[in-house]
Amino acid sequence: MALLELKDLHVALEDGTAIVKGVDLAVDTDQVHAIMGPNGSGKSTLAYALMGHPAYEITEGRILFDGADVTEMGADERAQRGLFLAFQYPHAVPGVTVASFLRSAINAIRKAQAGGQDNPIAVPEFRKSLMAAMDELRVPREMAQRYINDGFSGGEKKRVEILQMAMLQPRIAVLDETDSGLDIDALKIVAQGVQGLVGPDMGAVVITHYQRILNYITPDYVHVFVGGRIVEEGGPELAEKLEAEGYEAFAPVGAGGES
Amino acid sequence: MAVTETEIVQGIGSDYAIKYGFHVAEDYFFKSGRGLNHELIDAISSHKDEPDWMRKFRHKSLDYFLARPLPTWGGNVAEIDFENIYYYIRPTEKQANSWEDLPSDIKDTWDKLGIPEAEKKYLAGVGAQYESEVVYHKLQEELEKQGVIFLDMDSGLREHEDIVKRYFGKVIPQNDNKFAALNSAVWSGGSFIYVPPGVKVEMPLQAYFRINAENMGQFERTLIIVDEGAYVHYVEGCTAPIYTTDSLHSAVVEIIVNKGARCRYTTIQNWSTNVYNLVTKRAVAHEEATMEWVDGNLGSKLTMKYPAIWLLGKGAHGEVLSIAFAGNGQHQDAGGKAVHVAPYTSSVITSKSISKNGGRAGYRGLLEVAKGAHGSRSKVVCDALLLDEDSRSDTYPYISIDESDVDIGHEATVSKIGEEQLFYLMSRGLTEAEASAMVVSGFVEPITKELPLEYAVEMNRLIQLQMEGSVG
Repeated sequence: MALLELKDLHVALEDGTAIVKGVDLAVDTDQVHAIMGPNGSGKSTLAYALMGHPAYEITEGRILFDGADVTEMGADERAQRGLFLAFQYPHAVPGVTVASFLRSAINAIRKAQAGGQDNPIAVPEFRKSLMAAMDELRVPREMAQRYINDGFSGGEKKRVEILQMAMLQPRIAVLDETDSGLDIDALKIVAQGVQGLVGPDMGAVVITHYQRILNYITPDYVHVFVGGRIVEEGGPELAEKLEAEGYEAFAPVGAGGES
Repeated sequence: MAVTETEIVQGIGSDYAIKYGFHVAEDYFFKSGRGLNHELIDAISSHKDEPDWMRKFRHKSLDYFLARPLPTWGGNVAEIDFENIYYYIRPTEKQANSWEDLPSDIKDTWDKLGIPEAEKKYLAGVGAQYESEVVYHKLQEELEKQGVIFLDMDSGLREHEDIVKRYFGKVIPQNDNKFAALNSAVWSGGSFIYVPPGVKVEMPLQAYFRINAENMGQFERTLIIVDEGAYVHYVEGCTAPIYTTDSLHSAVVEIIVNKGARCRYTTIQNWSTNVYNLVTKRAVAHEEATMEWVDGNLGSKLTMKYPAIWLLGKGAHGEVLSIAFAGNGQHQDAGGKAVHVAPYTSSVITSKSISKNGGRAGYRGLLEVAKGAHGSRSKVVCDALLLDEDSRSDTYPYISIDESDVDIGHEATVSKIGEEQLFYLMSRGLTEAEASAMVVSGFVEPITKELPLEYAVEMNRLIQLQMEGSVG
């Protein structure tokens, strides 16, 4: 059994509109899965539902993480078990610095892992690993004292998302359009950062519209996602085919792919 | 989510009760009967062996109090039963200057509140008021040698009658408002501080006010005089046991900041939610002086408090930083006032309020610039954060400008914790309560960063408790 399994997952909006219409996916550590689809195909909905956003209702199917059914769990419990979502549009928390945000998040996860007992990370240890991760991702050190995502440029937000991923050490990371809004240099740094974390401890699901991030993160599996479904699966070569031919060939019969 | 809800429900009342909400047996030297009348005034004044002018001042103040109607603005004060309150309780015969000399129940109370420990670590002086009297008082010897006076108000009157007579009731006249009149009639305890010219008191002086008895009325009176070029930071904290019936706390604080001096007054108000907290605080700042009010209101049933600064001298500067947190059953009517009388004066009022579980928090402010106060600047920022649909925030910014050559700014925002923001934080492993607390801590950060570290930590901890629903 894979670490993360989606079984016939259906997701609807609060008004009942069905967006994700039956997805099966199995992701393990040391794997990179790319989910590629056009705008409006429901990719971000899939990402939010995976992480437990309360506005997206799972109407059918299940999400299993490490063998446990997490379908009904809140985002906090999923995160505590090792699931991570790098947001397409991360939210600002004015007055809370990147450093204190990260320390609180790490301590929340450590507390959950210690069965509800406080087990805070030592401050020097935290500082050391934060500085190392910032240097690695070329995030200027002074960013640690800025309020998280407050007034950040698009590129800064994306880098700090990946910084969070590096610090929280999830077992499965879902990256929702992390490539959008990044110039080529930033994209390289971010992609290499992700690539560096994928291994025996972490697997990744890279959600994207374009193939270009996949020049730096080599996917093991590519899933073409159109109209709320995975319509084709293959290896890295599928991404190149998509880049050359576009999504038109995969449009579901009788639907425009928008929903 | 279900787990979080359960935790919240289980948390209600538990921590405040253990940490602050306890009460101990009453074994008092003197306890007045309930109710308010001229005989009570005589009893208080006799107990304190006061000069005749103070006795007369009290009687006259009571007349003013009785003659004035209750305010109909702000919060609902009509439910206060003034005849059910104990106006004067003297817990011990003598004040102690060693914690060991206090009766064990009272000493235990201070230990639980952590005051002796704080004194050792980071305070220059401590006054500890229990019911109506300051039962413990001490100032570092070094400061005493430099001429700093830090006494309870009653000792201040006994030992420095000339200074007290000159300033007492001058910044806040006895008939200023109904509750100032009440305090002027039955005042007891509080602090008297004089800092001589040029003396900088580097570590804070702290007063802690504790109510123990049910239906207690506490009326401390504070007078602070910071002489030319001097500096002092005074911090007050307050808590009370949780009772089902109401108590009343009504203080008057008068501050004079002389030329080039600076005074900072920090309050962390954490009364239990059966206490009416109706306080008048006003400072006058002379030429090039700086007055700062840092006012944190977390507890009480109703707080009506608007720390004021009168900028009387050229170039004087005033700041009010106010945080109000209103939970279930609480109404915080807080704010600040700045009155510019002299030219080139400046003021900044920053108010942050948070309401949750049906709580109501408001900003009520006055900015006044008199004719002739040319070249003055003022900025008022009030931000409200609503944590749910049942809670309420009000803003009443009164502005009166009588001078054209001024620079005035006013901003007000109301925001809510959004589902998207919570989801973002929870996706990092924080529980819903932790996520909300983080948003709130960030919201008040511009104010907590102004506090000395120990108090900032305390404030954040109290906010955390409020967020878990465990206060009150």
